[in-house]
Amino acid sequence: MNPLLPFEWIAAFRFMREGLSQTLLIITGVALGVAVIVFMSALLSGLQSNIIRRTLNSQAPIVVLPPEQLARPLRQGGVAVTVQPRSQKLRSIDQWQKIRADIERMPDVTEVTPVVSGPGFALRGNATKAVTLIGIEPESYLRVIALAEKVIQGDITLTSTDIVIGTELAKDLGAGLGDKLRVSTASGAVETLRVTGIFDFGNKAVNGRNVFVGLRTAQSLLNLVGGVSSLEIKIRDPFAAETIAQAIYAETGLLADSWIKTNAQFFTAIAAQSLSNTVIRFFVGLTAALGIASVLVVSVVQKSKEIGILRAMGTSRGQILRLFLVQGGAMGLAGSMLGSLLGYVFLLVWQGVARNPDGTPLFSIEIPPLLFLAAAVGATLVGILSAVVPARQAARLDPAVAIRG
Amino acid sequence: MVETTVPGDAGPPSAPAADTLRLGGVCKSYGVGTPVENEVLHGIDLALRPGEFAALVGPSGGGKSTLLSLMGLLDRPSAGSLHILGEDTGKLNDSQLTRLRGSAIGFVFQYHHLLPAFTALENVMMPILAARGRPDRDMRDTAAALLDQVGLTPWRDHLANNISGGQQQRVAVARALAMQPSLVLADEPTGNLDTKTADGVFDTLRRVNEASHTTFLIVTHDPRLAQRCDRIIDLVDGRIVSDRANVAR
Ligand SMILES: Nc1ncnc2c1ncn2[C@@H]1O[C@H](COP(=O)(O)OP(=O)(O)O)[C@@H](O)[C@H]1O
Ligand SMILES: [Mg+2]
Repeated sequence: MNPLLPFEWIAAFRFMREGLSQTLLIITGVALGVAVIVFMSALLSGLQSNIIRRTLNSQAPIVVLPPEQLARPLRQGGVAVTVQPRSQKLRSIDQWQKIRADIERMPDVTEVTPVVSGPGFALRGNATKAVTLIGIEPESYLRVIALAEKVIQGDITLTSTDIVIGTELAKDLGAGLGDKLRVSTASGAVETLRVTGIFDFGNKAVNGRNVFVGLRTAQSLLNLVGGVSSLEIKIRDPFAAETIAQAIYAETGLLADSWIKTNAQFFTAIAAQSLSNTVIRFFVGLTAALGIASVLVVSVVQKSKEIGILRAMGTSRGQILRLFLVQGGAMGLAGSMLGSLLGYVFLLVWQGVARNPDGTPLFSIEIPPLLFLAAAVGATLVGILSAVVPARQAARLDPAVAIRG
Repeated sequence: MVETTVPGDAGPPSAPAADTLRLGGVCKSYGVGTPVENEVLHGIDLALRPGEFAALVGPSGGGKSTLLSLMGLLDRPSAGSLHILGEDTGKLNDSQLTRLRGSAIGFVFQYHHLLPAFTALENVMMPILAARGRPDRDMRDTAAALLDQVGLTPWRDHLANNISGGQQQRVAVARALAMQPSLVLADEPTGNLDTKTADGVFDTLRRVNEASHTTFLIVTHDPRLAQRCDRIIDLVDGRIVSDRANVAR
């Protein structure tokens, strides 16, 4: 007997060892349930954070636009240009330097970068491609969008004669690093620019359409000298984007779009997934609880004579009660530890199976240690709670009757 | 020591401390409030003095086990008073009764009722463990000494189910003595054993009684064993019909 353990624990473990096959069966059952929960939760949060990370890699959490202008059609490519030619003039954000400084002073904002973007054409030899020109100020822009790590050739210094294009456009135009392109716009402006970088966002449409140039170059090409078409904003907590966007609107009167609003469908899907995950957790927990409770109810009946004997030799009702609560908690805890291990193995196997054609993992699954802690605490609580009914039954047993059998 | 009470005399409560146990007009009914209400003990008056070694005999169904469960505080009388070591148990609440039971009373039952998940030694330790909360060296030594006293040292580390019936019953005797109780209640402790083994267990009880001056009340159907007790109480249909000192001894 371990001198560190109290009476209830010693007796609880002996009882569980005595009914070893029952104990192991129920621990296995709890373990399977916990494994499913761990696997599903990790998978789901891995999926979500992957999608979120990808989204925020190519999109600023908040974009501030001039009033009454919808920027999305513009950003969706050069097609719009052919539909609405010439008369279309880009609008600038009035006094954008002052507004930028104002927004930068807001507590949750970490960076504000000006962007001039609009439709244009890239020409090389006989090839012509419609593109979205994005004029940026590299130092601040790179702190908002992780563009630098997407540049696979050259760099993103962007002097006034430089252009950075995507892999797809480079292929379409047959242009490589150091080659010259001509870029024109609906206003009639034309510039000859040198390819100094090639990026890959992992998205064919983006790689074929977006081109990055210096802020001034874009301003002159898009006839927006001194102006900017949007301010892109980086914030500390991406999930606070909507409230901050509203605060910006309140302060500046400018349209501020948060990524949460522009990806509303995605967030609706996450909410639905979380709900179904919660429902599944609830039923798995309920099943585990009923399993533990039924094993303990049977055990109380089987051991009623021993319980009577324990009471006859001076064991209190409270001690008997705790003896069974400990059993419930211990089975829950053991099941959750085994289940966490099992869930972890499932995840590793799944990660090995679910791969892109090129062999890289489909996405990385983060296995948060907190998930395991939550599973352990949750399963232990479920175990203790499910032991309450049988434990009270045991504690209430009339020792005289129990001994008489 | 001056004898102030006579067997069967409930006596005035002025000097109850002299008795290990004192029953006054104890009745017990089962199924109270139901159509099958049944009084099985009808006004029992009885006192046991320290160090006494008494037999409780009588036909089956006469209420011997019921009387023992009242004396052992496993159940409460429907009427009458029950003093243990001078304490009026009618005034105690459930947890006080449990504590008094643990410290003052030891049980030996017909079917040994050891805990099969524990060894012989651990079974003997169990009442002390339940009282103190955690195992310690001292309770281990106490239990080992008791097992030695009943001649079971070689089996101390065997699981309770892996020893013979007579050995199990001797473990039960050792366990009943673990808390140094004032009163040991044994309900047909040898009823389940062959004559030779029964004699061995009975000898053990007698020896402990002589060595420790613990009070014993032993239910038995065996007249031969009853004749070896100091006092024979005969319970028939819930009434004490005879209570006499055993002069034959
Ligand atoms: N828990 C109980 N409920 C109802 N009747 C009981 C109960 N225990 C004992 N009895 C009845 O009380 C009477 C005395 O039984 P018992 O004390 O076991 O006698 P003995 O031990 O002398 O054989 C019997 O008629 C028995 O049926
Ligand atoms: Mg009986």
